[in-house]
Amino acid sequence: MAKTKDIIFDPLVDNNPITLQVLGICSALAVTSSVTTALIMSISVTLVTGFSSFFIASIRNFIPSSVRIIIQMVIIASLVIIVDQVLKAYAFNASKTLSVFVGLIITNCIVMGRAEGFAMKNPPITSFLDGLGNGAGYSLILIMLAIIRELLGAGKLMGFEIFKTVNNGGWYIPNGLLLLPPSAFFLIGLIIWAFRTWKPAQVETPVFKIRSSDGGNH
Amino acid sequence: MSKLSTWARFKKAPIDNPVKTMIITVLICFVASLFVTFSAIKLRPIQKTNTLNDKRKNILQVAGIYEEGKTIDEMFENVEARVIDIRTGEYTTSVNSDYDEITGAKDPETSRALTKQEDIASIRRQSFYKVIYLVKDSSGEFNKIILPIHGYGLWSTLYGFVAIGTDANTIYALKFYSHAETPGLGGEVDNPNWRAQWKDKNLFDDNGKVAIEVVKTGASGKYQIDALSGATITSTGVNNLVRFWVGKNGFGKFLKTTKDQGIQ
Repeated sequence: MAKTKDIIFDPLVDNNPITLQVLGICSALAVTSSVTTALIMSISVTLVTGFSSFFIASIRNFIPSSVRIIIQMVIIASLVIIVDQVLKAYAFNASKTLSVFVGLIITNCIVMGRAEGFAMKNPPITSFLDGLGNGAGYSLILIMLAIIRELLGAGKLMGFEIFKTVNNGGWYIPNGLLLLPPSAFFLIGLIIWAFRTWKPAQVETPVFKIRSSDGGNH
Repeated sequence: MSKLSTWARFKKAPIDNPVKTMIITVLICFVASLFVTFSAIKLRPIQKTNTLNDKRKNILQVAGIYEEGKTIDEMFENVEARVIDIRTGEYTTSVNSDYDEITGAKDPETSRALTKQEDIASIRRQSFYKVIYLVKDSSGEFNKIILPIHGYGLWSTLYGFVAIGTDANTIYALKFYSHAETPGLGGEVDNPNWRAQWKDKNLFDDNGKVAIEVVKTGASGKYQIDALSGATITSTGVNNLVRFWVGKNGFGKFLKTTKDQGIQ
């Protein structure tokens, strides 16, 4: 089925939640200093988006519209708490480094965005796939960022040394800036630039036209 | 009959009917809370083991005997937990070695409030009992003492251990296992290069006074540690908490006995 395929693969590049919709930036800055944390965060967000969309879509005809956001939040928050509990039980070290960011999945705009924008109007299975697809789109960018940041910032990938750093007697001088959150801003900017050069359809039309200083319309 | 008609009326009511809204919201919240409760209770035992193992791993690391690949239980065989009463500095059996000092510090029976002058580590209340760990070398002789320490930094209470030699004076290592200081600034208390400074420094001067200190610039000699740059308040916190715990309101008495008589 071509349509199902679109629902899953569209959010990867053509409708990516980070690069096109510019959602979920906060956690993309915070958890991408190492590939391991980025991977765990990606899996958690993908599962939460998928299942919250699924549950919300299953009861969408019973949700009173006056309190729909609150009900969506209840479902999303419960799922996030469950994910947090599971991580604390089975991935203790990772949950320590992720600390507050797992809890903050609740406020990740991607999850709410899919619940409100898609799951409220579509059947459960389609919504589930849409959730997974958007989670995967988010994950793709997160992992790209994490690979660049960990490799250039610490000379490692998933904790294994790739470039031997000067501190350990090697040749590579790590770029500490890449371990700090602002570097993710620069990288996301570069990725958005690359995506929009590759797919010009993503470029937004300018809201204002810049006029030249002599007042004429050149 | 009337029950059925109520149900029928409920079903027919529009979705935005206030009563129906209330009932549906309560129902959804109830189901969601069941899931959350179930997962929290089911996973609690595993989480507790994890937290305990993490603490033990930190004890092993500060003692410098942690090795990848071995189980924590196996390595912990060389570590002996003892409880001491800090009022007397002597061992006590009033509480077990799994005594939780954090809850103990809230109980008036097992703790006391510190006065402002005493409380340089900003911990407010202090438990009488402290669980310390004695580390044995391969021949079964005690060679290190590990003391639990804690105190306030900039944002959070830092919990950690300091490992000292049997002379109750030479520091072997210092490590915090729980804190929420700013990553990259105060969070650098975890940095191995910074922690390495503590090795072989002395706690007390020749007159037995607390001499260890964290200084802003130009640390020298066997009592001084360079502060973390960009983290003045965290560094001051670490300075205060170390000085507090090795001082007379902390392990002072115990350390003096150990210095004079060796590990009992």
